[in-house]
Amino acid sequence: MKRVDALQAIYQQLTDRVVVTIMGAVAAELQSIGHRPNFFYLQHAMGLASSMGLGIALTRPDRQVIVLDGDGSVLMNLGGLTTLARYRPRNLVHVVFDNESLLSVGGFPTATSTGSDLAEIARAAGVPRTATVRTVDDFTRAFDDALGAHDLTTVVAKVEATGPSKYVTDLSLLENRFTFQRYLQKPRI
Amino acid sequence: MSPVSTASSQVIYDALKACDIRLLSALPETWLVHLVRMAEDDPEMTLVRLAKEEEGVGISAGAHLAGVKSAMLMQNHGFLAAINGIVSCAQLYRIPLLMLISFRGDFGERDPWQTEGGAVTEDLLRALRIPFAYLDRADHVAHRIRKAQTLALSANKPVALLLCRDLMWEEA
Repeated sequence: MKRVDALQAIYQQLTDRVVVTIMGAVAAELQSIGHRPNFFYLQHAMGLASSMGLGIALTRPDRQVIVLDGDGSVLMNLGGLTTLARYRPRNLVHVVFDNESLLSVGGFPTATSTGSDLAEIARAAGVPRTATVRTVDDFTRAFDDALGAHDLTTVVAKVEATGPSKYVTDLSLLENRFTFQRYLQKPRI
Repeated sequence: MSPVSTASSQVIYDALKACDIRLLSALPETWLVHLVRMAEDDPEMTLVRLAKEEEGVGISAGAHLAGVKSAMLMQNHGFLAAINGIVSCAQLYRIPLLMLISFRGDFGERDPWQTEGGAVTEDLLRALRIPFAYLDRADHVAHRIRKAQTLALSANKPVALLLCRDLMWEEA
C-alpha cells in the first residue's frame, strides 16, 4: 500500500475532524491531496505529534482527533504511547504509517524493519484497540471502525517506502499554526 | 515529614489556579510531590503524568491551540530532556509555555547526581533565549508567575520559573 493512497482513501473522513500529522512525507502528501484549516503539520519535534493530539483530545472532548504518525516518530517517543494509553482519550485515533524507514533522510531502515511491532508495543502499553493493516481496503475498514468505536485506537498501516519528490510546501509553518488555532477555537454552530 | 515545603507548594499552586491554569503536565521529583498531589486532588485540574518531560511540550502545545491554559512541572534534568521539543515545537511554532522547573544542584544541594544539571541550567535557558526568573520567596511567587504567563502569552514563547531551594525546602 502507498501512503498517499491510504490518505486519499480516508480524506473525506478528515473533513470535519481535527488532524495532527508528523513532518516529511505524511505532511507533504496530505497537502498534495488538499490542505484544510483543520489540519496541523508538526514539521519537526519528532515524536510529539501524538502528544499534541493528546493535549487537544483532553481539552476538547467534543472533537474527534486524528493523529497521523510514522514509525520513526513513534520510535522516538515510545513512552508517549504509555501516556496516551494511561489517559485513554476516547476521541483520539492514532494512525501510524510504518514504512520501516526514515524515508526523508535517505531511507535508512528503522527497527520495525527488523521485527519491532508497533501495534504490539501500543497494545502492551495499554492502548485498548490496535490493528496492523497492509492494504488500502483493510486500512479504510480499520480506520472507519476506529472512528465508530469511540475509543483510543492505534492503527499501524504498513506502507511502501516511497514518498513525494519534495517535502517543503508553500504553506508556512506559522500560517498553518495560527489558522489551525483559529479553527479549533471557533465556536461551532 | 518531608522537608519539602507544603506552604510554599500551596502558594505556587494557588498562583497557577489564579492564572487559569487548567492542565498541568508533570513528571514528579522530590520537590514537586506536594504540587503533584494538589493537582491530583483538584477536580478542576487535568493532571497529565508523563513518561518523559518532552511529551509535556506537545501536550501544552495542543492545549494552547485548543484554548486551554497549561503549565509544565519538571526538574531541571527534565528541562534538559525536553530541549528538542522546546526548540522544534514550542519555539518553532511560537507556542507559549509556562515551565516551572525545580532548580536542583544549586547551592545547598547534597545529592551529588543533581550537581551537573544545576550547573548548566541557567546558561542553557539563556542560550535558548528563554526568559526566566527565580521563585525563592513565597511573597513574590504569585506576581512572578502571573507576569511570566503574561509574557509567554504576549510573546508566544516559552518562559521559565526556577523553583529554588529557599522556597521549596524547609531544612537548613
